[in-house]
Amino acid sequence: MRIESIDQFEALRAQARESEESRTQQIHVCCGTGCLAWGSKEVAEAFASEVAKRSLDASVELFVKSTGCHGFCERGPLVVLQPSGILYTKVKPSHVEEIVEKTLIGGEVITKLLYKDPVSEERIEKYDEIPFYLNQVRVAMRNIGRIDPTDILDAIAHGAYSGLAKALYEMTPDEVIEEVEISGQRGRGGAGFSTARKWRSCKAAPGDRRFVLCNGDEGDPGAFKDRSIMEGDPHSVLEGMIIGAYALGSHEGWIYVRDEYPLAVVNLTIAIREARKYGLLGEDIMGSGFGFDVKISRGGGAFVCGESSALMRSLEGKTGEPRAKYVHSTEKGLFDLPTVLNNVETWAGIGAIIEYGGDVFASMGTQRSKGTKAFSLVGKVKNTGLIELPMGTTLRHIIYTIGGGILNDRPFKAVQTGGPSGGCVPEELLDLPVDYEELTEAGSMMGSGGMIVMDDRTCMVDVSRFFLAFLEEESCGKCTPCREGLKQMLHLYDRIIAGEGSNEDLDLIERLARGMRLGSLCELGKSAPNPVLSTLRYFRSEYESHIADKECPAGVCRDLTAFVIIEDECDGCHACFKACPVDAIAGVVKELHVIDHEVCISCGACLDVCPTDAVRTLPKIVLKNAEVV
Amino acid sequence: MPTLTVDGREVTVDADATILDAARAAGVEVPTLCQFDGLEPWGGCRLCVVDMSQANWDDDWFKVVTACNHPAEEGMNVVTDSVRVLETRQIVLDLLLARCPETPLVQKWAREYGVLKTSYTPNPEPDDCILCGLCTRVCDHIGVSAISSINRGWGREIAPPFNEPPPDCIGCLACAEICPTDCISYTNSNTRRTIWGKEFEMLRDPRTGEAVITREQAEHFAERSGIPIAYFEKSDASKRREMAKTFERLGQLK
Repeated sequence: MRIESIDQFEALRAQARESEESRTQQIHVCCGTGCLAWGSKEVAEAFASEVAKRSLDASVELFVKSTGCHGFCERGPLVVLQPSGILYTKVKPSHVEEIVEKTLIGGEVITKLLYKDPVSEERIEKYDEIPFYLNQVRVAMRNIGRIDPTDILDAIAHGAYSGLAKALYEMTPDEVIEEVEISGQRGRGGAGFSTARKWRSCKAAPGDRRFVLCNGDEGDPGAFKDRSIMEGDPHSVLEGMIIGAYALGSHEGWIYVRDEYPLAVVNLTIAIREARKYGLLGEDIMGSGFGFDVKISRGGGAFVCGESSALMRSLEGKTGEPRAKYVHSTEKGLFDLPTVLNNVETWAGIGAIIEYGGDVFASMGTQRSKGTKAFSLVGKVKNTGLIELPMGTTLRHIIYTIGGGILNDRPFKAVQTGGPSGGCVPEELLDLPVDYEELTEAGSMMGSGGMIVMDDRTCMVDVSRFFLAFLEEESCGKCTPCREGLKQMLHLYDRIIAGEGSNEDLDLIERLARGMRLGSLCELGKSAPNPVLSTLRYFRSEYESHIADKECPAGVCRDLTAFVIIEDECDGCHACFKACPVDAIAGVVKELHVIDHEVCISCGACLDVCPTDAVRTLPKIVLKNAEVV
Repeated sequence: MPTLTVDGREVTVDADATILDAARAAGVEVPTLCQFDGLEPWGGCRLCVVDMSQANWDDDWFKVVTACNHPAEEGMNVVTDSVRVLETRQIVLDLLLARCPETPLVQKWAREYGVLKTSYTPNPEPDDCILCGLCTRVCDHIGVSAISSINRGWGREIAPPFNEPPPDCIGCLACAEICPTDCISYTNSNTRRTIWGKEFEMLRDPRTGEAVITREQAEHFAERSGIPIAYFEKSDASKRREMAKTFERLGQLK
């Protein structure tokens, strides 16, 4: 049914809420990409069949809901029971019968499935009492995990399109922009340009045809916030775009999604179809007279297409390469017409800003960075997952309180923020309040909101090389500094990690970094030296060890590192023997094992599997010197 | 008509002029490799970087931009020889010299910026292509788009689709002629032309017998311009002969 007036919308919302509230017992099974990989689809199916089996028993009405990502991907599959708020982690289909029987019918909590806090070692019952969730404030992710992303009525019951209704019926387009201005929201794609200023600049551009685009080409390794939003609450993205289009007087939009996000494409497609059916997209939205429609364009897998001008070329059907531009895309963007391109998370926040007011959003965050920000917390941290926090939260709080600290309680070394073009922030800056300016000052950036935590077993030279290799692969090759510079930078790093580097190489690296920063055409090349410069700034001694001492202090770089088994620690479990891919380890069960250094390729597989910590790293040079003696 | 300063010299240029146009008008040389008058600026080689400060910026606030595609604006202050600009150009040339160590044009510019030998790892299989994109852009401009860049990053190269003789190529040689390092090879005879592995039949001037144009190019031009194909078949010698006759006639009329 098409919604043809605000009254009809409100009636539909009331009806949807009523039906939501009538479901006395709800089982929310996380079906985000992370939990699906853990097998959550089977869990959801098991619940459905268990519920069907018991539907004869009228005393308990059960409702199974497949939701988007709850964020706590480390502990998946996740199941949240409502209204009790009990969270069960690592649920298997074999647990389902017990959960229905004991918890849902019997009201008893199954302790073994509860989350165990790594800090206090206590089992925690409720979803919102877990430090991982307790410390979050969700705006862009407000409905993720609460709604079934494929059910528009469920989304409407939870407030979707309420901001749109308010914008269309209570506000003029200019008032919408003013509200966004009050919120102080800045682009969540990384550069942090003011949303309202971007909109104003587009609106001021001459012409009566303009476009509204959504950048869903999230390509940074370790980042998945946009994916989770598109998968878990596609309606928040659509609502934001419609409101933006209304403010700008645009009638056409595209969502550019990378094709590596199949679930996001599916859920967005369903959301668009449903929204059209209900008259929330297309002509005469909600009977307001305003029309706007949106299409999905799937990216072909080039990282650089996340760059605005390359994204627009790709949408035009041309090669996805950045265009040298000194005219803003708000004036000359897609097909050379005025265009607003915002990130998924930016759009997802707009509906809430309009519904609850810009001042509410602006009351959170720091002086210059308002509101909340989503981060993908990954790496050597106990609780990996997706989080949303007020700007200005310290890195320490994120890593130790929400993240639960470093995996295996090893020492912290650095956190890499902002994706491959971000930088590595060292321990002495852990109390840094996270916002756009603070991160930039520290030599990193906000970027995609990726946070990769590294422990003492991470070699900072190797990490920089990893990001350079990623960017070298993704550079489009149009401009000289990026195309040639990244290749040459890799050559220089290869020399250093092989123990063949010199101090002149370090000078050359720094000079080349300057050239790329100033000379490159787009942000990919301009920011590519960030991992290099930030590790040189905070971890220069590690480079010097590789060069002067021929040692990799973290024991990572293969050409410089040997592995030995400590006699007193080895209990002869044989695990290393089995793990070694080149049969370099000799030994029989319950006896001391020995590594043959002639055969060993220094992959570290033995160290990873050793239960008694008997495998240690040693600089190869020490081994060599010992042989000479 | 904006008035701006380039290296301290004031110039007034057309409203649609770029910084490069302004520099040339002021008599200041800015090196370029991928720029060609008549083609839309591309900003790929990055050799034409300059320091620029806009009228409403703080006096000491400058930004590095490419001169070839940045609009020249009123009150702008352009500096083409700042330390960082020269260093950036030097790095660009140093990198290009690593890719194309034997290419005379690259050697010439590198030498001019004091780079006699590359600081980087030289290309183990060098050719003369500097990836300036002029060939593909001129091909697009003519309305043919027979060749394009393939692959990305360091592995980028110019090629016809699937590395096979390009079906859309009209054999006009514009790509080979625009190439600043002459690295697009072709063969010409009185009857045949070969480029990009595709062979073309040459149309010959009916009077002089000279090979003038490929059949595909003549057809493409005729179709686009509405001028009969016979016009494009005429050789230069033939056109001169016609012109001479015209003048002869004009003389008689007098």
